[in-house]
Amino acid sequence: MKDPEKYLEQLKAKGLEPEREARFREELAGSRELSTSDRRGPFPDFSRGLYAWHDLAVLQDQERVPNPYQLHMKALDELLERDRQREKDGFPRKIRVGRLIKPGKGGKGKIVVVPSTEEEKFLHDPTIRPPGEGGSTGGSGKGEEGEVIGEQKVRETGEEPGQGPGQGEGEAHEMGASAYELGRVLTEQFQLPNLKEKGKKRSFTRYIYDLTDRNRGSGQVLDKKATLRKIVETNISLGNLPDPADMDPTRFLISPRDKVYRIFSQEKDYEPQAMVFFLRDYSGSMAGKVTELVATQHVMIYSWLLYQYAGQVESRFILHDTEAKEVPDFDTYYNSRVAGGTEVASAYKLVNEIVEKENLAADYNIYVFHGTDGDDWDTGGDKSIPELVKILSYVSRMGVTIAEHAGTQWTEVARYLENSGLLRDKPDLLRMDIMHEDAEEARVIEGIKRLIS
Amino acid sequence: MELINQHTKAIMEGCKERARAAGLTFTDESLEYIVTNRDLIELSPKVMIPTLYDYWVHDVEVLRGKGEYELYPHNPYETVINTRPPISFYNDNNPDWLNVMIFYHVLGHIDFFQNNLYFRHTWEYDFTGQALSDKRVIAKLRAEKGRWVDYILEFARSIDNLVGYHDELSPLFMAPEAATSSRLDYYFDVFLQVEKKLPVGEYLKEVARYNDAIAQNREEGERIFFAEVTAKYPEMEAHFAKSQNVKRVERRDLMKFLIENSEFLARDENQWMRSVLEVVRKTSIFFQPQIRTKIMNEGWASYWHEKLFLVDDRIKGHEVDFARVHAGVTSMPRVGMNPYALGMRLMYQLKENGDKGKTGYEFNRLSDREERKHFDAASGKGDEYLFKIRSNYCDYLFIKDFVDQEFTDRYDLFVTGKRLDPQRMVWQYYVKSRDANDYRDMVLASLYHPPHIEIAPERGEEGMLYLVHHFEGKQLVSEYIANTMVGIEYLWGAPVQLETSEAVIEQQRGSSGREGVEEPEITWQRVVYTMKDKVLNRQIL
Repeated sequence: MKDPEKYLEQLKAKGLEPEREARFREELAGSRELSTSDRRGPFPDFSRGLYAWHDLAVLQDQERVPNPYQLHMKALDELLERDRQREKDGFPRKIRVGRLIKPGKGGKGKIVVVPSTEEEKFLHDPTIRPPGEGGSTGGSGKGEEGEVIGEQKVRETGEEPGQGPGQGEGEAHEMGASAYELGRVLTEQFQLPNLKEKGKKRSFTRYIYDLTDRNRGSGQVLDKKATLRKIVETNISLGNLPDPADMDPTRFLISPRDKVYRIFSQEKDYEPQAMVFFLRDYSGSMAGKVTELVATQHVMIYSWLLYQYAGQVESRFILHDTEAKEVPDFDTYYNSRVAGGTEVASAYKLVNEIVEKENLAADYNIYVFHGTDGDDWDTGGDKSIPELVKILSYVSRMGVTIAEHAGTQWTEVARYLENSGLLRDKPDLLRMDIMHEDAEEARVIEGIKRLIS
Repeated sequence: MELINQHTKAIMEGCKERARAAGLTFTDESLEYIVTNRDLIELSPKVMIPTLYDYWVHDVEVLRGKGEYELYPHNPYETVINTRPPISFYNDNNPDWLNVMIFYHVLGHIDFFQNNLYFRHTWEYDFTGQALSDKRVIAKLRAEKGRWVDYILEFARSIDNLVGYHDELSPLFMAPEAATSSRLDYYFDVFLQVEKKLPVGEYLKEVARYNDAIAQNREEGERIFFAEVTAKYPEMEAHFAKSQNVKRVERRDLMKFLIENSEFLARDENQWMRSVLEVVRKTSIFFQPQIRTKIMNEGWASYWHEKLFLVDDRIKGHEVDFARVHAGVTSMPRVGMNPYALGMRLMYQLKENGDKGKTGYEFNRLSDREERKHFDAASGKGDEYLFKIRSNYCDYLFIKDFVDQEFTDRYDLFVTGKRLDPQRMVWQYYVKSRDANDYRDMVLASLYHPPHIEIAPERGEEGMLYLVHHFEGKQLVSEYIANTMVGIEYLWGAPVQLETSEAVIEQQRGSSGREGVEEPEITWQRVVYTMKDKVLNRQIL
């Protein structure tokens, strides 16, 4: 692991505006992370309110029964139909699908994608308080005033089990199964576009019809060469061809069975495979909503591709701060976090390396989706752009999602992508979507349309 | 759902006898059902009311994040519901001794439902029956109006926390003989205070004068009194007559206001929407007392299940099993708040106070700590005192009146704070305060409290509906404002404005928290949201 402090010093030596340096330092300190401090910590009851206690749980050990989501999937079409009708009637949509929910007891749950909704009311917001202040609750037992009775790290590298939507330990398989369903929903209900055919490689399983099969005796088109060969064969076996050097075709005996015809037949087309690289910035600045947004969008893109390629999708997950690493599954991809700096080029480079080493470009449609908050220590994209150009030489589509923090605008990544001219020159290959960190699900889906259409 | 078997029912009846002997009062009949997981899946979105109306959101996973219990001010997993007869729910594999404990707990709740005055408005009818007829109304409307019924349900539910529960409750306690004439009300409440702006001294003199008049002549006192008033304020009668013609406009109960005043809902083709609003409003008001008495209700039930279980002769040999479950229910967590534990301890404290006579003047005038501690008038009125509190208090008063330093010291209670240590980048949990006032304020702040939103018809321009959120230190959840206002605009039939306060957090660049000196402060600004044609605008005042 590169030491970000040293790296920052190097950058500084090369000349860095004080404003940006301050921002990088802030990122290293991870100060933005304060907003997501509701993890469990040493006292799980801390954020459990008075009203979370109920008789069935405390007296009869009956925990909240998770909804049997699979049952609801059947009703999903109906729900979405209702939701589209809502839109026609002039009200905002209410159903969300891209949510991951962790049912079951304890920490070990599965990730499933379920339709969900929210009921809005005028409510007091308990979470507004000065930064650095974590709220208060009751306590009992020993301890002087001011005494610290427990601690919890603000920043934890690695797995981060949590509660609420969008978190949980998952099994890749389970994820895959319902992701396909989600992909179908996204395609059909949200009118996400189907993939465009690209060259010979077609995107879904289909059959073509061609005169490829041969049949003796009857058929559509006579295969003259094959028929002649057959006739020669027959005549040799009949002894009707004494001297191969001196052939007289007029004396050939021709049996009806010798005629070879070509007939129409169903052929399975080349079934293409897709390889999707998901890249995500997991540096300190990515805390909170930004990560959730990027991950939600990536789940949806993954689902959509899975459906488009009839399950023939392989995905690779890459996380980066100033260095990039590949992680084995979506769950790790989603839940990991460090507090390093940011260097987008590292991730692009890793993609290039993997593609080259495994010779993927020849066999796969390659997609690269990158999610970031737009921060990059690499000023002007000096390192990123060359790697990006390399990626563009083989990908079917690359999509960069920038989820901007509140108050930031025109981020580093957005700027150098724009300046490079690649967005203009290769709109078929490279797309960028900038959204605000508070974006709604509808906006996320809209973003996918922009990235893939 | 099926009823418990005869054997278990016999246990329940035994519990009832013993609970009655101890002083609890409740109706004779009760229904106990065995519920499976499948039943719970259906019951919990309907807040355990089997006959609640159908609504598609009940079948969808509802995201419960921010303010979950503010959003759903009724517990989806209650064991017993406040119906006639009361219905309670059980696992099918509870051993007998555990059922004995749960039965006592349930009887505690039933006694509370049927005697606590905050539930007064639920006493005369069976809510499941009411809900069933409402469900039929909704189903019938749905057959006619289709999806529009669900839209109206949705919009109605989005404001069902803005109902005048207290307004509904208070007339029930008005003694008939205490009723005063509307002339008298007008004179003292409006004329003298609002129009004449009489100083307090003068006002009180006037009240005394009235009381004298009544004392002298019970029958004719008021007439004589007003004869004098008219002499003094000749305009009074005319003003009063005028005020009688002005229709009183609802200001606190948004749902009621819309039902009564929305021109859109008054149209012939939209009349049916009022029924939907009524159903949602009634349902909301039914559940209101439940969440306002959580600590008391659970404390009361826990107090009695402990007391009654321990003297129950039928469960010998299960004391240890009981102790284990009971401790799980009622132990004070190191960090966090458990309404069972807190409520039960307060009940015990009050019982003791009553027994020792620590409730009267004699005790309260003592200021010496030691004397207070050892005070014992042996008045033995603990039970009487406790039952009185059970009838007359809600959580707010219960906590406000009875959490004192003696109580918090006795149980080692403190306020836990959570703060950031920017040097080491850790959240620290620490003992913030052992002062009973702080503890009390912390508990009070965590109690259910819907935002106080008032309708200001005089401020709405051109048919607009103007809502004023009276700021109480907490802002509204901003993500929810837009959709809630879409619904109100629809029901009102014209644009809607909401005046509220929002936090401005000064983000100082560079102060990464490492120094920890310049703590960002929250300042509040007043803003107005305008929802017009489903488009939301925000304007800083």
